Amino acid sequence: MNDVIIIGAGPAGLSAAITCARKGLQTLVIDEYMKPGGRLLGQLYEEPSGLWWNGIEESERIYKEAVELGVEIGLNTSVNNIEKEHDHWVIYTEKNVLYSEQLLLATGAAESPIPVPGWTLPGVMSVGAAQVMTNVHRVKPGNRGVIIGVNVLSAAIAMELQLAGVEVASLTLPKLNKVTKETAQPRVVLDSLLHVSHMAPSKLVRYGSKLMKNNLLKKMGISFYPKQGFKMWDIPIQLRKAVVEIYGDEAVTGVKLATIDPHGEVVAGSEEEMDCDFVCIAGGLYPLAELAAVAGCPFYLVEELGGYVPLHNEQMATPIKNLFVAGNITGIEGAKVAMKQGITAGLSIAENAGVQGLTQEIQHAVQVTEQTREDAYIQFHPDVKKGRRVIQEEWEACMVTVQ
Amino acid sequence: MNRRIEDHPVLGAIKEKQYVAFTFNEKQYKGLKDESLAAALLANGVRTLRHHEESGTPRGIYCNIGHCFECRVTVNGKSGVRACLTPLQEGMVVKSGGKLPTPVRDWRDEHE
Repeated sequence: MNDVIIIGAGPAGLSAAITCARKGLQTLVIDEYMKPGGRLLGQLYEEPSGLWWNGIEESERIYKEAVELGVEIGLNTSVNNIEKEHDHWVIYTEKNVLYSEQLLLATGAAESPIPVPGWTLPGVMSVGAAQVMTNVHRVKPGNRGVIIGVNVLSAAIAMELQLAGVEVASLTLPKLNKVTKETAQPRVVLDSLLHVSHMAPSKLVRYGSKLMKNNLLKKMGISFYPKQGFKMWDIPIQLRKAVVEIYGDEAVTGVKLATIDPHGEVVAGSEEEMDCDFVCIAGGLYPLAELAAVAGCPFYLVEELGGYVPLHNEQMATPIKNLFVAGNITGIEGAKVAMKQGITAGLSIAENAGVQGLTQEIQHAVQVTEQTREDAYIQFHPDVKKGRRVIQEEWEACMVTVQ
Repeated sequence: MNRRIEDHPVLGAIKEKQYVAFTFNEKQYKGLKDESLAAALLANGVRTLRHHEESGTPRGIYCNIGHCFECRVTVNGKSGVRACLTPLQEGMVVKSGGKLPTPVRDWRDEHE
C-alpha cells in the first residue's frame, strides 16, 4: 500500500511528488509516457529576460529532485481503471494492480482536433505532436508544413518548428463549421492574437496591436492589413484564408486554401493550392479528465478553463475523499502554474495523511499559485481567473449542500 | 532519408548516439535506442504506419502522446501497440495492420 499514488509525471505530478516526499509520504508516480516531464518536455521559448525556457532541462531538474527524495517513478504504465475499495484506491494499470491511501490525478490536457477533409492522411498531426517530434525526439515532422488554427499554442510551436529548421509555409484558419465556430472567424482570432502580441519580436506587430486596441481600427485591420497575411517571427499568418481540404494519396502533398471574409465565410471560387509535406491541426487544449470521471468526481463545464473540469477547491481537493487534482486537469494554464498547483496538492495530501501544522504553508502555496497565474507570460485563456472563480463558487455551493 | 535535427540553435547537438536495428514490414531500419518507435520510423521517412481496418485508407501519427491510437502497430507479435509510446529496442519486429479480409457482418437477423 502506497501513501499516495500520483498519476501523471508532468510538472504538476512531479512537483506534488517532491512535496509529498518532503513531508515523509511514501510516494509513487506513474505515467504512460516513456520519459518523465509530461508535455513540459516539448516547451521551448524565449522569456522577456532573454533566457530560454527549456522544458527538457526543467523536466530533468524536477525528475532528479523527486528521485533523490526517494519518489518511485513508473513510466510506460497506462492506467485502465480506478476503483475505491473500502477507504483506499485500487489502480489497474497495463502492468499490475496498485493500491494507495490517497490519489492525485495530474493527467494534464489533450488537444481538441479540427476535422478537415483529408485529416486522416499520414503527415497530418496535432500541433503538439509536431512539437514533441521536433523538440523531444529531434525528428522533423516534415520539411514544409501548414498549421491550421491560429492560437497561442500554434503560434509558439510555429516558432519552435522554425527554430529547428522546419519551414512553416502558413499559419492559417480552419474552415468555418459547427465544430470550429469562432476559431474560424478572423475578427475573433485577431482579438485573441492580440493577447500574444507581446511575444512577437516584430515591432510592426507590436505597433499594430496597439493600434488595434480600438474596435473600429480592429475592423479596419481585419479588412485591409491582414488580407495578404502578415508575418510574426517571419512566419506568414493568414487570417483571411482557411484550409478547406488536405490532399495526397499515401500521404499529405498539399492543402487547398480559400479566401474567407471577416466573418469566416468562404469566398466562392477563391481556392488555391499550396504544397506541403505535413499539416498540423491546432484546435486548442482541454483538460484530460477521464480518470476523475472514473473515480466518481463531479464535473462542471467551464469554458474559461478549457472544458469540463472536476470539481475542486483552491487546496486542490475534490469532494471525493482522498482524491486530489492538480495541473491542467483543473484548467488549461502554463507549466509554472501547474507546478505551483502540484506543490499545493502535495501539501494538502500530506495534511490529509495526518501531517500536522501545514495550514499556513498551504495558504502560502495557494497565494503563490495565484501570483504565478498573475505573472504568467503566456495565458491560454484570457479569462482564466473568471473560470477559477466559477469553479470555486460551485465548490462552495456543493459544500453547503453536503452539510 | 534523414529527418533528424542533429544540431539545434537552443537545444544543442543530439546526445544519444546508440543506433539499433529493427524491421518494419520486413524491411530493415535503424533508429536510436529508446526513442519512440514512431520517431524512429518518421526519421527513416516512414509516414504510413497502418491501413484502416475497414476503409483501408493509410494512417500515420496523429497526437504522438498516446491519446488517439492512430499509430497502433504490431510489435513482436503483440497487436494494438502505440508506436508513439513504445521505446525502440534492438531487433524489434514491427508490422503494420491492414484492411480486414471480411467486412463486419450484420448478425441481427440471426440473433433476434
